[in-house]
Amino acid sequence: MNKILMAVFLMAVVTYFTRMLPIVLFRNKLNSQFIRSFLYYTPFAVLGAMTFPSILYSTGNLFTAIIGLGVALLLAYFEQGLMKVALGAILAVFLLELWL
Amino acid sequence: MENLNHNLWGDFLARKDEWKKDFKRGIRHGIPIALGYIPVSFTFGLTAVKGGIPLWITILISLTNLTSAGQFAGASLIIANASLLEITLTTFVINIRYMLMSLSLSQKITPLMPILKRCILAFGITDETFAVASLEKKEITFPYMLGLIACPYWGWALGTALGGIASSILPQALRNAMGIALYGMFIALIIPAAKKARAVSLVVLTAISVSSLFNWLTPLNRISGGWVIIIATVIAASVGALVSPREDEEDE
Repeated sequence: MNKILMAVFLMAVVTYFTRMLPIVLFRNKLNSQFIRSFLYYTPFAVLGAMTFPSILYSTGNLFTAIIGLGVALLLAYFEQGLMKVALGAILAVFLLELWL
Repeated sequence: MENLNHNLWGDFLARKDEWKKDFKRGIRHGIPIALGYIPVSFTFGLTAVKGGIPLWITILISLTNLTSAGQFAGASLIIANASLLEITLTTFVINIRYMLMSLSLSQKITPLMPILKRCILAFGITDETFAVASLEKKEITFPYMLGLIACPYWGWALGTALGGIASSILPQALRNAMGIALYGMFIALIIPAAKKARAVSLVVLTAISVSSLFNWLTPLNRISGGWVIIIATVIAASVGALVSPREDEEDE
């Protein structure tokens, strides 16, 4: 039991430090144009890498996932906002699951 | 004197309004993230408790770690009775990507933000809160980040508790459907930005290609998800920075 708690504590500390150190240490704006550009593009790269291909496995069924992906792409193309796109994809998958 | 007091009071009220407005905006942006977290943390709670970790410790893990890949790996190592060193190192490697995100966010907040506030908001940096916060058009404020983190934090804990308590609270069809929530949200973030700037499309397509290679190409697909995100991000963001460097004052 104590070993489990120790493990949880170590996990929490390590995870926190990876998040905390850079934002506390880098208090000024960075000068290098490459680094600034790199950091500007970082979120888009993270989002792309996280979304595909993981989305194909997100519902436990390739077919419903592809339909959900299509619905999300369509709603996002017409700039419907985070909540509507997320709920639209959920609804599409849910209805398909009930129907299949 | 009365005039001065009046001005100070007015200033205070204006700042309080600003605080509230930013906080509420953060809350609004956090709700879809929280919805997306519930099925993921539900699965975490389920597997951890099934594996033999007591329910209260499972919830404690979610309350103190607030990270998906790291917790799944950590819990499975705890269940396998791995050494503390192994657990610590694995957690670190999986979470190295947060250093990149934390560095990127350090450029989106005012240099004047005090260390204590930085330490508090750092706790809530996840892949999802990072992505949403860093796409804000303006500088990110402390109340905005607090609001953004609040719902995902409690959603993460709530899902863990529900998953730990019972495997059948949500019908299976709904749990499957909720699995797509986070990705729907990501797509809502990517597409409008990609429509506006070709460089962003290039970065996204590069990242997707790299992560697909690592998913489907045989020797590469042994590498864990945390690493894939780091590798894809470094390659894609470098491509963007080389092909289409940003001018200093371009803030959007």
